[in-house]
Amino acid sequence: MKALELYIHIPFCIKKCAYCDFLSGPSDEKTRENYVELLCREIEECRGKIEEYEVVTVFFGGGTPSVLPGEQIQKIMSKLRGVFTFTKDVEITLEMNPGTVTMEKLIAYKKAGINRLSIGLQSVHKEELKLLGRIHSYEEFVHSYQMAREAGFDNINIDLISAIPGQTVASCCETLKTIIDLQPEHISAYSLIIEEGTPFYEVYGEGDGADLLPSEEVEREMYWQTKQVLHGAGYERYEISNYAREGYACRHNIGYWERTPYLGLGIGAASLFEEMRYTNPSDIEEYQRCFGEKFKAEKLSIEEQMEEFMFLGLRMMNGISRRKFRKAFGKEIEEVYGKQIEKLKKLLLLEENGDRIHLTEKGIDVSNSVFVEFMF
Amino acid sequence: MHMDQKKIRNFCIIAHIDHGKSTLADRIIEKTGLLTSREMQAQVLDNMDLERERGITIKSQAVRTVYKAKNGEEYIFNLIDTPGHVDFNYEVSRSLAACDGAILVVDAAQGVEAQTLANVYLALDHDLDVFPVINKIDLPSADPQHVIEEIEDIIGIEAEDAPQISAKTGLNVEDVLEQIVAKIPAPSGDPDAPLKALIFDSLYDPYKGVIVFCRIKEGCIKKGTPVKMMATGARADVVEVGYFGAGQFIPCEELSAGMVGYFTASLKNVKDTRVGDTVTDSSRPADTPLPGYKKVNPMVYCGMYPADSAKYPELRDALEKLQLNDAALFFEPETSLALGFGFRCGFLGLLHLEIIQERLEREYNLDLVTTAPSVIYKVHKTSGEVIDLTNPSNLPDPAEIEYMEEPMVKAEIMVTTEFIGAIMDLCQERRGEYQGMEYIEGTRAMLTYHLPLNEIIYDFFDALKSRSRGYASFDYELLGYVRSELVKLDILVNKEAVDALSFIVFSGSAYERGRKMCEKLKEEIPRQLFEIPIQAAVGGKIIARETVRAMRKDVLAKCYGGDITRKKKLLEKQKEGKKRMRQVGNVEIPQKAFMSVLKLDEK
Repeated sequence: MKALELYIHIPFCIKKCAYCDFLSGPSDEKTRENYVELLCREIEECRGKIEEYEVVTVFFGGGTPSVLPGEQIQKIMSKLRGVFTFTKDVEITLEMNPGTVTMEKLIAYKKAGINRLSIGLQSVHKEELKLLGRIHSYEEFVHSYQMAREAGFDNINIDLISAIPGQTVASCCETLKTIIDLQPEHISAYSLIIEEGTPFYEVYGEGDGADLLPSEEVEREMYWQTKQVLHGAGYERYEISNYAREGYACRHNIGYWERTPYLGLGIGAASLFEEMRYTNPSDIEEYQRCFGEKFKAEKLSIEEQMEEFMFLGLRMMNGISRRKFRKAFGKEIEEVYGKQIEKLKKLLLLEENGDRIHLTEKGIDVSNSVFVEFMF
Repeated sequence: MHMDQKKIRNFCIIAHIDHGKSTLADRIIEKTGLLTSREMQAQVLDNMDLERERGITIKSQAVRTVYKAKNGEEYIFNLIDTPGHVDFNYEVSRSLAACDGAILVVDAAQGVEAQTLANVYLALDHDLDVFPVINKIDLPSADPQHVIEEIEDIIGIEAEDAPQISAKTGLNVEDVLEQIVAKIPAPSGDPDAPLKALIFDSLYDPYKGVIVFCRIKEGCIKKGTPVKMMATGARADVVEVGYFGAGQFIPCEELSAGMVGYFTASLKNVKDTRVGDTVTDSSRPADTPLPGYKKVNPMVYCGMYPADSAKYPELRDALEKLQLNDAALFFEPETSLALGFGFRCGFLGLLHLEIIQERLEREYNLDLVTTAPSVIYKVHKTSGEVIDLTNPSNLPDPAEIEYMEEPMVKAEIMVTTEFIGAIMDLCQERRGEYQGMEYIEGTRAMLTYHLPLNEIIYDFFDALKSRSRGYASFDYELLGYVRSELVKLDILVNKEAVDALSFIVFSGSAYERGRKMCEKLKEEIPRQLFEIPIQAAVGGKIIARETVRAMRKDVLAKCYGGDITRKKKLLEKQKEGKKRMRQVGNVEIPQKAFMSVLKLDEK
């Protein structure tokens, strides 16, 4: 059996955050019910195409999947189990936001099979949360977090954002230290990206507004400090923005970087299946018409597969494996990328460690420029 | 029987830019029935896309139409469109020499402007009869009465009965047609005398060979006439003669004195049929050629390199094809350490350069890197040898140089009196030597300066326009060479000299130019993975330095399943940007940086 991951997109939230460019927005109960119905139909559509696969991870992302009541998550999960084969130790993550859950809801999620939670906190500071357009306070977060622990969740991630306009290195470190005290298993610490089409882009995207963001120097300082502080507390950085205590790295996300096949279900969700990349329509009407299209999408060329192997794999701190490259493409990595690897090693951006090739600290800071070298 | 000369009118239209020259030409063609308005694509005469876009005429064009006048007679109109830029002044003068009269178009709102005058004087110099037309009278701001007075006062030609028209709507265009009959003189010339035809343009056609555009001044030409070009000496037998339809060539029996048309004679090279040359009948040659011929030589040189070095053969083919149509274009192979294999190309001026560059990019789909334009310097070596230097990289060792000379021009600048000070300052900055000033009428003066050509080829025309709010016009002619203190300025990027960035400069300006060049390159060269020093040096001595700091941050915080396609596109775009750069040593230099020297004076 081959490994397969599932991503379920829940495009609902209470209120859209100012920096968010995901496909998401507020909704009413009817819309949500109808959407869950469609999701189940899309899952049904997969039957007959995935028989050689077994599901190793499931990820409910959004939006804020925790706006869905327990029964609806339960309904989706039952449908999934009916169509797909799950491995025994399947990792099932659900993203949630503080203030959207009750004890009953959490227990229902647990019963439905969810065994990992990813909670969006972003910052412990009131002003920073307000600026980001978050709907919750730090106190509400702590309340939700403790409920999740009580409900029995023993694998929890907390999402944080750095390089918020006006943020200092000190306030960034304070957030980290406060969170460390709660002892989550996993922390994702992202540097804010100003995405086009968001309210943040209007304000900070171009011109004078961009000057309100922390400078490149300050932003990098925050990044290095994050690593230092978390490392000191027993969290290992295993990808550019992801930290975990031993044994708690997110298997689902590692799958993306190792190019494990995945099916994206729901509007706007992306799939990588039998070397085809496909993205579902983001319009609900069109989405309904296109169930199953993902199995007919255009194939990635060998070159594209190699590019992805490099720029995804190198995001991870232990980098890429020569052996895996050979296994995937039937030739030595040197035959394809020898010159680039040599050049980047000379510039101290890449390092070799036996079978593996990985970014250096300096290489992380300019990783896009490193990845570009591997594009055809 | 030869064509009745009394029924022919050969004319051109002259105007300041945007006063409606091409629109009137279109309307004349339409009203004389050559094309229905449905067949008309706006501005029929400007053939090249480039011409339509820039609103300028690059190559001469001609069209023949037939007009039935109110007196019941039919007249043949030959409308010759002339190029409109100082680079092509010689071509303009030859096109005018092919006409007998000119229509002067003046905008009813703008009135007489700099080019209006310059063009009128040029036409009068060629003994053309000029009659004015006031265009755009449909504009709310039109003030035709004022414009009439201006034309009479400033230019000194009768304007009281000038047709007041709107070329756009077609209003009163009939009056223009009637005046062409009444005011443009019919051609003269003896159809039985030995042949004398003036070449005003030529065009290469892959099937017919060179198509020669000419005005028959004396005699006649027909199929089989053994022709000889009196200046180039080229000979051939005429295969076909004809006249110009709208966008097509229409063969006819013969062209006789007074007519405008074309002939083909299986000539393979436009170099044999230089603009301004006189065509005669070699079996019965004319004694003397028509006056005014000169061989045009390139004044400005630059290196042109394919961005993708594998495209070198394509670039050569494209240049060869363009040269078939452009006798003034020169090229020869050269190599650069930074840019690889390319060509040293010679042009009439900077606009000519830009046009060729754009045509190569558009019509031949080539991505080019162009080096800084240079004039031809004369290098006198201690050995007594004199070399013509068109590429700064070929400058001999300073120890071998006795002295150097640079080309000088005599520039005549026409300007309204309020801008005289500003223009004199500009000429001063460009090492100009004041020769004199003459008032043309109350508010206008002609300044004469001697200027080094290398000071005017880059952006002088633009500077002139911006400092005179568009009112100054200028013309120049080559005077000859004078001895000058010149040095080669080298640019070092990451401690390596980049040959394609070197240029020759007046020694007194070297420091200033070097400093600006470094500043400009600092802006143009993006931050890379390491720090890059940029230095300017003269004779091995560093005179200026800037530093491009190393890139600090180029990282994406997130890349999950749904992001991959988009992130891949970003990386591809970044890669495309890199492809448009030239690798010099370890440094990637954007292609447009090689043209930086052109923009040093931008404020």
